[in-house]
Amino acid sequence: MIRVALPTHLRKMANTPHEVRLDVEPPVTQRSVLDALEATYPILRGTIRDHATRERRPYVRFFACQEDLSHTSPDDPLPEPIATGTEPFIVLGAMSGG
Amino acid sequence: MAGVRVLVGTRKGAFVITGDEHRQRWEVSGPHFGGWEVYHVNGSPVRPNRIYASSSTAWFGQTIQRSDDGGKTWTPVGNEFAYEGATGTHQWYDGTPHPWEFARVWHLEPSLSDPETVYAGVEDAALFRSRDGGDSWQELAGLRTHASAPSWQPGAGGLCLHTILLHPTDPNRIIVAISAAGAFRSDDGGTSWRPINQGLVSDQIPDPTAEVGHCVHRIAMHPSRPDVLFMQKHWDVMRSDDAGESWQEVSGNLPSDFGFPIEVHPHEPDTIYVIPITSDSEHYPPDGKLRVYRSRTGGNEWEALTRGLPQENCYLNVLRDAMAMDTLSPGGVYFGTSGGDVYASANDGDTWSAIVRNLPPVLSIEVQTLP
Repeated sequence: MIRVALPTHLRKMANTPHEVRLDVEPPVTQRSVLDALEATYPILRGTIRDHATRERRPYVRFFACQEDLSHTSPDDPLPEPIATGTEPFIVLGAMSGG
Repeated sequence: MAGVRVLVGTRKGAFVITGDEHRQRWEVSGPHFGGWEVYHVNGSPVRPNRIYASSSTAWFGQTIQRSDDGGKTWTPVGNEFAYEGATGTHQWYDGTPHPWEFARVWHLEPSLSDPETVYAGVEDAALFRSRDGGDSWQELAGLRTHASAPSWQPGAGGLCLHTILLHPTDPNRIIVAISAAGAFRSDDGGTSWRPINQGLVSDQIPDPTAEVGHCVHRIAMHPSRPDVLFMQKHWDVMRSDDAGESWQEVSGNLPSDFGFPIEVHPHEPDTIYVIPITSDSEHYPPDGKLRVYRSRTGGNEWEALTRGLPQENCYLNVLRDAMAMDTLSPGGVYFGTSGGDVYASANDGDTWSAIVRNLPPVLSIEVQTLP
């Protein structure tokens, strides 16, 4: 079971708890986790990744295991603690703006 | 209970303000979608409890919210605004070609006959329509692919389609306005479009009388006289008596003919309202006095309406979608400011009072008159 932590705005909009839990078939990657997230919560489509390109929106960040994975390939395997559900995959808004 | 409902979009959420039939007691609910920029909130004329809202942030993009209980509860609906076919380019601020990129929905215009149909004016400029209550959106691509589109340039706020006027009896006629491309009209339900800017003069473009390139800020129409249009342009207040085929300036004695909103009185088709603002870059009221100007002659002759409005040290702005009227009698006029105040008049604009203060900067106001 993969744990995904969502930012407040998206949590409120999709009416989710702070963390959602998803079944994701291996390999566990950014893409497979986000695909599973959007399949479970279709209203999140377009808010984390662009509708058309499926690329991360510029002011969205992905953290995991104290690392910023925002600029890694969406098809790279995520760290083992994410794949085992020990640590959450964190989606958050970049610290910027007003 | 008869009354009015004021729908307020702000930089940090939406607010719903409910007033009694005398327009004296007000209840404020919100913020809804706190933290999201709400460019517009608008209700269906045929099912007033059906309300649509456009909310966006730089972080999480565009969302559309829908309410079926008059704004008490909301449901996020479809947020995919995909341009139809090849996107092409428009001119960027530096004159270079720039690909069309969706940024946000500026304006939502529900159908006059079907609560499930709603139009969306977006940045970069295009017109979309939903026929399923906002669940899905399809572009009316004939506008964005107009032959003049590669020459369109963004205004300071972006290349935005901000005004959508639906003809009260002819469903095929739609008028839109784009900053800074100008006004366009379709007579076939949005399939094809042509510019309707003859008579506009803009000294800020190389050919001041060009067919396109004018920074139209807002157009207003009275439903009983749909061929008469009133326009607040970047500079100049304009009037057309032939559905936009030609325009004449009616700025008259205004202290500044720059401004953003323009409205028509619900029962007096020749009574119009503007809020003069200084420009080019100040964008606050002349002389620090917040004055609404009313013309009862369809333009040219204007009177300042000041009672209840700040008349010193006032340096805020009123944006293009931030003024609206109810349909009670006498007419109620409402506007919201960049300072977060919403002012209302229940007597055609003769006197004013703030019905709420200190909201986030107001982006838009719509008013529903409830039975």
